[in-house]
Amino acid sequence: MPAVEGRAHAKLEVPPPSRFADKAFEWLTLAMALAVVLLVILVGWQLARGSSAAIQKFGFHFLATSTWDPVAEQFGALPFIYGTVVSSLIALLIAVPLSIATAIYLTELAPLWIRQPLTSLIEMLAAIPSVILGLWGIFVMIPFLRDYPFPFLKKYLGWSGLFTGPIYGVSMLAGGIIIAIMILPIITSVSREILRSVPNLQREAAYALGATRWEVTRIAVLSYAKRGLFGAVILGLGRALGETMAVTMVIGNTPQIATSLFAPGYTLASVIANEFTEATTDLYLEALFEIGLVLFGITILANLIGQLLLRTLKTSSGTRGA
Amino acid sequence: MAVNTMSSSTPTSQSGAMNPTPTSPATAAELVTANAFAVKDLSIWYGEKQAIKNISIDIPVMAITAIIGPSGCGKSTFIRCLNRMHELVPRTRVEGKILFHGEDLYAAGSDPAMVRRRVGMVFQKSNPFPTMSIEENVLVGLRLNGVRNRQVLNERLEKSLRRAALWDEVKNDLKKPGMSISGGQQQRLCIARALAVEPEVLLMDEPCSALDPIATAKIEELIRELRDQYTIVIVTHNMQQASRVSDRTAFFYVGELIEFGDTAQLFNRPRERQTEDYITGRFG
Ligand SMILES: Nc1ncnc2c1ncn2[C@@H]1O[C@H](COP(=O)(O)OP(=O)(O)OP(=O)(O)O)[C@@H](O)[C@H]1O
Ligand SMILES: [Mg+2]
Repeated sequence: MPAVEGRAHAKLEVPPPSRFADKAFEWLTLAMALAVVLLVILVGWQLARGSSAAIQKFGFHFLATSTWDPVAEQFGALPFIYGTVVSSLIALLIAVPLSIATAIYLTELAPLWIRQPLTSLIEMLAAIPSVILGLWGIFVMIPFLRDYPFPFLKKYLGWSGLFTGPIYGVSMLAGGIIIAIMILPIITSVSREILRSVPNLQREAAYALGATRWEVTRIAVLSYAKRGLFGAVILGLGRALGETMAVTMVIGNTPQIATSLFAPGYTLASVIANEFTEATTDLYLEALFEIGLVLFGITILANLIGQLLLRTLKTSSGTRGA
Repeated sequence: MAVNTMSSSTPTSQSGAMNPTPTSPATAAELVTANAFAVKDLSIWYGEKQAIKNISIDIPVMAITAIIGPSGCGKSTFIRCLNRMHELVPRTRVEGKILFHGEDLYAAGSDPAMVRRRVGMVFQKSNPFPTMSIEENVLVGLRLNGVRNRQVLNERLEKSLRRAALWDEVKNDLKKPGMSISGGQQQRLCIARALAVEPEVLLMDEPCSALDPIATAKIEELIRELRDQYTIVIVTHNMQQASRVSDRTAFFYVGELIEFGDTAQLFNRPRERQTEDYITGRFG
């Protein structure tokens, strides 16, 4: 009897709803992921389109020359690239050890009652608006740097070539320091979460071998968490590269490539922010767009390199079985 | 009552290469009487909650002492006191005295790290260091102690892995990650790691509870073999296991020591009503 058979058939087909939900979920998440990728590509494409004339006119020279002369319509981005890369590196150099040490203190060493207040305090640092920090930089940090640490560096490390020449205060180094302050909270709180996620059983394994607190941190906590911590650093680098307002206020905004970190510099983000409203000619505007494209490229490149390094870290640490 | 402890101290020549360096050359007479730990009126609190209530117990040297009792009765808390691991839990408080070979374990100047070097520990869940190879896992304790000599390290590596009955299974894969072996092998790796620093005592907190019967049998066999050279305290939920491996058994119940005695006696002729109820399964 076909009717009965049909019903039996229908009964067998009942389970699928969950399967459908499963598939729908899969497609939905895939669509979301693709949307993000699409957005990134779209941004890159827009930037490229906005700067197509400049790209055609200057070609590779845009990346390799140092003249930035809107009047003569000569545009070379090298000093800005240099400024962005160097100020970000300085920032990482200062912020990474400080943040990770702070995170270690907060998760491994600090007395319990102090942990939460200290964490909140650090997270509050992230809430300070960039402009305010810039103002603080101009009126508090720069005079202080000019009077104490800079002369000290000049006297004792001047031989390295990195700390020579006149001290104005506004400088590449000041820019790096202000970026360091800005990325410190994010690296610290991400690192802290990562260290907290290390299972206690790992720590106990080390303690049971007679390890001291520092040894426990080293063999059980840091080695377990190193990939995550590296990720935190990459996240910080991403922020550092794009940091704009506060840096603009203390870096000096002079497009030049100087060995001395006391000399003023300029970053990609700063030049866009400063000159966008003044860009009177089409080519000038296009050059600024291309600066944006370069910054975009550097940020993506930094992330790619980060991913690659992370991969080598994974294989060498060998958390996966053979 | 401790006759079986003595018989095992006569030198056996089953494995000359594994002959341990005698950390405390005790005579047979000493072995009968000597206690590794003398615990007097021990009480432990977690914040306001008292987990151990006024326990006194002597744990014999070179013997296997099992601790049994229902869940939450304080077994883990107790053995973690023997190497001061409980101090890692905030807001714990200890009263009473624990003498380890006559020395006060909690004496003012005593360093918990030093205590833990002499009193090793194996945990319920195996916990090899995931970023280290099998070899590095075994040797990490020695490296912490500053041993750098490659030859010494190699010798100790093989010796520890052999004692943990793991050598034959991993000798060709020493460079592989410590997590790349089976759960039972990982637990034996953790035992090897604990043995490598040559502790005098090995504390084991339910070392087999996450393992299948075959892996469990292997570890039990291994524990019995270690008995000649180490003082072992093992916590177990499994009464058959306690009766199979241990010389003496302590029964804990809600923070109190109800009965402590020779394993055979405790299981066959328990003195206390509560012990009898527990081992016959009348409560759990
Ligand atoms: N970190 C802790 N903080 C507060 N109380 C704790 C803590 N650890 C254990 N306790 C309490 O102390 C008592 C004894 O716990 P313990 O872990 O020693 O029991 P156990 O006999 O090992 O149990 P199990 O057989 O389940 O492992 C329990 O009542 C438990 O709730
Ligand atoms: Mg327990």
